[in-house]
Amino acid sequence: MRAGGAVGLRILLPWVLPFGLLAVWQMLSVTGTVPAAIVPAPSDIWHAARELIDRGELQHDIFVSLRRVAVGFGIGASAGLLLGVFVGLFELARELLDRSLQMIRTIPHLALVPLMILWFGIGEEPRLILVAMGSLFPVYINTVGGIRNVDPKLIELGRSYGLGRIALIWSIVVPAALQPILVGIRYALGVAWLTLVVGETIASRDGVGYLVQNARELLRIDIIVLAIILYSIAGWLSDLVTRLIEHRLLRWHPNYVTQGKS
Amino acid sequence: MSGAALSLRSVKKSFGGRTVLRAVDLDVAASEFVSIIGPSGAGKSTLLRLAAGLETPSAGRIELRTTGHKADVRMMFQEDRLLPWRTVLGNVVLGLSGRDRDARAILRAVGLEGRESEFPVGLSGGQRQRVALARALIHEPDLLLLDEPFGALDAITRAAMQLLLERLLAARPRTVVLVTHDVEEALLLSDRVLLIKEGGIARDFIFDRPRPRHRGDPALAALKEELLDGLLTAEDLPGGV
Repeated sequence: MRAGGAVGLRILLPWVLPFGLLAVWQMLSVTGTVPAAIVPAPSDIWHAARELIDRGELQHDIFVSLRRVAVGFGIGASAGLLLGVFVGLFELARELLDRSLQMIRTIPHLALVPLMILWFGIGEEPRLILVAMGSLFPVYINTVGGIRNVDPKLIELGRSYGLGRIALIWSIVVPAALQPILVGIRYALGVAWLTLVVGETIASRDGVGYLVQNARELLRIDIIVLAIILYSIAGWLSDLVTRLIEHRLLRWHPNYVTQGKS
Repeated sequence: MSGAALSLRSVKKSFGGRTVLRAVDLDVAASEFVSIIGPSGAGKSTLLRLAAGLETPSAGRIELRTTGHKADVRMMFQEDRLLPWRTVLGNVVLGLSGRDRDARAILRAVGLEGRESEFPVGLSGGQRQRVALARALIHEPDLLLLDEPFGALDAITRAAMQLLLERLLAARPRTVVLVTHDVEEALLLSDRVLLIKEGGIARDFIFDRPRPRHRGDPALAALKEELLDGLLTAEDLPGGV
């Protein structure tokens, strides 16, 4: 029973602070300490959310934003991984690509927003390209670093046990580089959301960013705050998913070993 | 006769301008257990890595002879070099396929039955080296090269590993070359001891005490003293005595 109680507490504990803040916030709003014109009460935000859900807008905008992040991040992270593997493994690829990629990396990709709008208008392409660019480099850099830092002693071991090139990459290089690659993916996911916010705020007809943009014009602070909360939930959820994947893939790693017999 | 015969003819090895081995001639007979002792930096490990084919000699020839088949050479390193992302079983079958049953048998032989699906992170130093030993032995090597494999273990675990190795070799003899800095270990395990100093073989003698040998054996103890004296040169002694 005691163990069960401890587990329950561990699940509840992280929620104490957010819900506590919510309660304090509601109280301050109800008593009028914080005027609704500056920050509306949580209950008002809830009503705004209900209103948008009833009109079918909120679901649609969330879906559109999620799809953009998924597609943009998918393209960017895959490209980063592929390029990283090539550059990490092959000296020739490194000579050919690394300098150019490092130069492109130093461009703040959000600075390309005006250019993208000129080229593509306010269609889907500029946002997807920006999100992809934002996700590519964290994955690329960590993949290259991870592969180049594989313990040469393990490579030597693999060779002396007769592993061919492919087997060596698959059985030793990739697993050894997995942890930094996953760190890159987690970081890239954060950048992807950030990029999307900017992309959707500047030129968009739908998505959560558009919701904010529109609300600002209509002075709907409740909707703006709602969108910010949505972003934080989305960020938290995507981090949770990558951490679960990390735990699954790195269950052999000393830092991820769950308690068990030794 | 089982195992491979190893021969080195005027083998030289230098890294950059630094000569590590100068013209080494050595013949190891099939199923002989040879230990190589000597001070650090004398070229012991280089000799072993040359025999393993991990380094190529700067000059000279290295040959392996077996009866008929191509010689299989396996090396065990001072670090276990287990792949942490593979289970114990997965480490033993590295580079093999469909050998799970043999791997289980060999893990039983090294006393790790029931640990097959664990990851190396949960194993002790001695257990990890036993997995590394199993990984080498599953190939039935004709030549087993051991580069201070027990050097990082505590005294009790080391003694247990020495017994285990002796038992496994008694069951299936093969040629073994062991590099060690532990003179006693060399005398307990080997048929022949080589002393390497400054890139050359300084002493080479047969030690044919009956087995099992004991640390307390006076002959062994006397020889150990003598070898240690031989290892220490005037410049190694504090105060330049």
